[in-house]
Amino acid sequence: MQKMLGLARFAALMSSLLASGSALAYTGAKWNLPEGVTEISHEVHGLHMMVFWICVVIGVVVFGAMFYSVFAHRKSKGAVAAKFHESTTVEIIWTAIPFFILVAMAIPAAATLVKMDDTRNADLSIKVTGYQWKWQYEYVGEDVSYFSTLAKTSNKARQLQSGVDVNTVDNYLVDVDNPLVLPVGKKIRFLITSNDVIHAWWVSQIAVKKDAIPGYINEVWTKIDEPGTFRGVCAELCGRDHGFMPIVVKALPEDEFKAWLAEKKGGGEQVAAAASTSVMPAAATMTDAAPAAEAPVEVAAVTPAPAAAATAAAAGKSKEDLVAHGEKVYKGNCAACHQATGAGMPPTFPALVGSKVATGPKAGAITQVLKGKNMMPPFSQLSDDDIAGVLTYVASSWGNKGEIVQAADVAAARK
Amino acid sequence: MAHTDHTTHLHDDHAHHGPEKGIMRWIKTTNHKDLGTLYLVFAFTMFFIGGLMSLVIRAELFHPGLQFVHPEFFNSMTTLHALVMIFGGVMPAFTGLANWMVPMQIGCSDLALPRINNWGFWILPFAFALLLSTLFMPSGGPAGGWTMYPPLVLQMGEGFPFLIFAVHLMGISSITGAINVAVTILNMRAPGMTLLKMPLFCWTWLITAYLLIATMPVLAGAVTMLLTDRYFGTSFFTASGGGDPVLFQHVFWFFGHPEVYILILPAFGVVSTIIPTFARKTLFGYDSMVYATASIAFLSFIVWAHHMFTVGMPLAGELFFMFSTMLIAVPTGVKVFNWVATMWRGSMTFETPMLFAVAFVFLFTIGGFSGLMLAMAPVDFQYHDTYFVVAHFHYVLVPGAVFSILAGVYYWIPKWTGRMYSEFWGKTHFWLSAVFINITFFPQHFLGLAGMQRRVPDYAVQFTDFNEISTIGAFGFFVSQFIFIFNMLRCMSKSGVPATDRVWEGAHGLEWTVPSPAPYHTFEVPPYVGDDETSNLHDTAKAH
Repeated sequence: MQKMLGLARFAALMSSLLASGSALAYTGAKWNLPEGVTEISHEVHGLHMMVFWICVVIGVVVFGAMFYSVFAHRKSKGAVAAKFHESTTVEIIWTAIPFFILVAMAIPAAATLVKMDDTRNADLSIKVTGYQWKWQYEYVGEDVSYFSTLAKTSNKARQLQSGVDVNTVDNYLVDVDNPLVLPVGKKIRFLITSNDVIHAWWVSQIAVKKDAIPGYINEVWTKIDEPGTFRGVCAELCGRDHGFMPIVVKALPEDEFKAWLAEKKGGGEQVAAAASTSVMPAAATMTDAAPAAEAPVEVAAVTPAPAAAATAAAAGKSKEDLVAHGEKVYKGNCAACHQATGAGMPPTFPALVGSKVATGPKAGAITQVLKGKNMMPPFSQLSDDDIAGVLTYVASSWGNKGEIVQAADVAAARK
Repeated sequence: MAHTDHTTHLHDDHAHHGPEKGIMRWIKTTNHKDLGTLYLVFAFTMFFIGGLMSLVIRAELFHPGLQFVHPEFFNSMTTLHALVMIFGGVMPAFTGLANWMVPMQIGCSDLALPRINNWGFWILPFAFALLLSTLFMPSGGPAGGWTMYPPLVLQMGEGFPFLIFAVHLMGISSITGAINVAVTILNMRAPGMTLLKMPLFCWTWLITAYLLIATMPVLAGAVTMLLTDRYFGTSFFTASGGGDPVLFQHVFWFFGHPEVYILILPAFGVVSTIIPTFARKTLFGYDSMVYATASIAFLSFIVWAHHMFTVGMPLAGELFFMFSTMLIAVPTGVKVFNWVATMWRGSMTFETPMLFAVAFVFLFTIGGFSGLMLAMAPVDFQYHDTYFVVAHFHYVLVPGAVFSILAGVYYWIPKWTGRMYSEFWGKTHFWLSAVFINITFFPQHFLGLAGMQRRVPDYAVQFTDFNEISTIGAFGFFVSQFIFIFNMLRCMSKSGVPATDRVWEGAHGLEWTVPSPAPYHTFEVPPYVGDDETSNLHDTAKAH
C-alpha cells in the first residue's frame, strides 16, 4: 500500500514536471523566464534566450571535445600521450573568438539597458514604499494611497504547522488584500523606497525589479501592453517575513482604471482593504476557518471580516479577554521587534516596558499603532479588536499600568 | 633527478626527534604538515556542520507551507550555512592543501613563518565557536544573510558583536595565512625552481594570497562600520545621518567579488595538477595559464557591482560593470580550453582524483555559463536574488571548489599517509556525489527563472516539484560524503595498500620525490631542481 502510494506520488511528480500552467498561479512559468506583457519584458526575454543559446553552443563544442577525448584518448584504449604542450596561435584564437562573441552580446544588452533607464514623460507615477512586511502604494498627485498585504487566507495557511493544506489556498503566498491597479498602455513611473530595511519590488512579467532603499528613491518605468493580473514578490532579504510580502498588479484598460481611481479617491487616505469603519464583531479574528491555531497568530494581514453581526462588540470586552487576545496579536506582530519580554532592542526598537506611549493616554497609543512612527510601520490593517487587545495587553504587562483600550476606541480613532 | 637528504637534522638544539605525543602536539605544532592536517580536519568538520544547516533549509523547502522551523530561524540557517561553508569550509580546506603541499612542491622545509601559521589556524575554532554560540542566544544567530546588509543586519539581537568579532578573527587568520604563503613562495623556492617553472598550484595560491591581503582588510572595514553604526553613533549606512545603505554594499562587494576568486583560484591550481598527471601529458599552455590566472585576479577588482545591479546605479555604472564582468569570462574560458587541450591526445586513466577533476571542468563551466547570463545587466534584473543565482554559485562552489578539494585530498593523501585509499569506494563516492549534486542544483535554475526568490522558507505552490527534487538531491549528497570520510579515516589509521613514493604513474613534482608517507621534515636541504620535476616544461618521454 505504501509502495503504491509512493509510486503514485512519483508518477504525479513526473507528470507534473511536464504539465503546463494550470496550477501555476504565479508567473505561469515552470522552466523559463516568462515573456511578459511589456515591450521591455519581451526584449529581456530575447536577450536571455540569446545568451542561453550561445552558452549551449559553446558548451556542446567544448564538452563535445572533452568527452570525445575522455573516450578516445584513454590509456586502456592504447592511446599514447602526445608531446605538445603549448601554442601561442591557439591561445590567441581562443581568446579572440570569445571576446568577439561577448562584444556581439554586449551591444543589444546595452541598448536594452539604455531604454530601461529612460523614465521621462511618464503618464502616471506610483510611489512604492516597502515596509516590514508589506507594500504601500501611493498614486502621486491623485490623493490615493493604501497598503497591500499578504492575503488573509495565505497568511493563515503559512503559519508554522498551520494544518491548512496550502494547495487549497488560491494563489497561495502571491495574493494580497489590495492589489496595485494600473492602466494598460500608459507609461508608468515607479518611485521606490523603503520605510525600514532594504526590500526589492519585483514583478517578473513586467521585468521590473528594483531595490527599495530607506532614505533613497529609485526610479523605474513600465508600460503594460495587455490587461491582466501579474504577481511578484519581495526580492531582497528584509527579515523574518521576507517571503510573505507579495505584490499583485492588476492592469485594467484605461477607462476601467479611471473609474477605479475615481472610486478610490472617494475613500480618502490610508484606505485599507474593506477597512470598515463599523465596529467589529467581538470574535472577528476567531470566526474564520476552523481550528484556531494554538501557536501565536502571525497576523501579517488580518483583513477585518466583512461587517457582519456587529452587536456583541458594542458592549466592550473584559480586561482578561482583551489581554488574552492581545497577547496572541503581540506575539504575531510586535514581538519580532519589541521582543516577547517587551524589552525591545533600544535604540532601534524601543522598550515597551515602562514606555510612555504604552502607559500613557490611550489615544496616543492607538494613534501610534494606526499611523506608525519613524521606523515603526502603521498597523492599520489589524482589526479594531486586534489593536484593542494588543494595546491592553501592552498596557497591562511587564509592570505597565496603562489604560484599557476597547475596539470602539480604535474604530473611533480611525475616522 | 632531484635528490633529497631528508634524514639529516640540521637543528642540533632539538631535544627530540619527530613530533610530540598527544594533544599538545596539535596545540603547539608549527609543522606545515601538521597544520595542513589540522586545517583539513577543521574544514571537513565545518563542511559537516554547514551541511546539516543546508539540510534544515532543504527540509523546510521540501513542500510549500511551513513545517519545521520559524522563518527567523530559517533565515539564520541560510546566513550561517554560507558563513560556515565559505569561511569555515572552503577557505580553510584550501589553506590546508597549501600548508601541506606548497613547501613540498617548491622544495623548502616549511612555511616562512611557522608560529604565525599555528596562531592563524587556532584562531579559527575560536572564531566559529563565537559565531555558532549566537544560535543559543535568546534572539538567535545572524539572520540577515552572509552578506550582512544594513539596515537589516543592525536589527540583529545581542549576538551582533559576536558576528562582527568572528568575522574579524576569520579575516585575521586568512591574512596571516596569505602573508605566509606569499613570502614562502617568493623567497624559499629551491635553486632552479624559477617562478615560471613552479607548479601551477603554487602560482594560483600566490595570486590568491595577494587577493586575500588586498581584500580581507576591506571586509574588516565594512563590518567595523556596521559595529560603529550600531554602538558608536556613526551613520555610515543611514540616510538621515548623511550615509547610505548602499555604501555598505559597495565596500562589502569590493571584498566579496575577489573573495569568490579566492574560493576558486586554488581549485584551478589543483585541477591543473591532476589533469596532467592522469593524462600523462604536460599541462597545455603553462604560461597562458599563469597569465590567465593573473588577469582573472586583476579583473576581479573591477566587477564588484554586478552583485548590485538592482540598487539603482547610474546607467554608466551599470554598463561599466556589465562589460567588465563579461570580460572576465575570457581568461576563465582560456583556462577551460587549456585543460581540455591537456586531455586531448593524452593517455588517460580515471582514478578518483581524475574523475573529480574532469567533473570540475564540466560542472564549473556550467556554473560559468549561468555566471555569464547573470552578467547581462538588463536580464540580471530578472535573475537577481532568485534561485537562478543560488544555482549559479552553488555550481561553481560545490562541483567547483569542493570537488577540487576532494580531488586534491584523494590525490595527495597517499603521500600524506603512505596508504592508498580504496579506489572502489572513491569511485562510488564520486558517482553518488556527481549525480546528487546535479539533482540538487540543476532544478534551481528553473525555479529562479520561473520566479522563486531566494532566502525564503516558503513558496507559491507552482515551485513544489523542483523543490522536492532539489531536497532529495541534497539529502543524497550529504549522506554520500560519509563514504569519503570513512575512506580517508582508513588511510589515516594506516590501513590499506601501502603507497609508493611516486604514487601516480604520470605524477611530476618535487613532492613525489620524497617517501610516502612524507617524513615529518622534508627538504631541510634544498633539492636540486632538474627539468624532470618541474611539472610544466619537461619532456614526458624522459619520465617513463
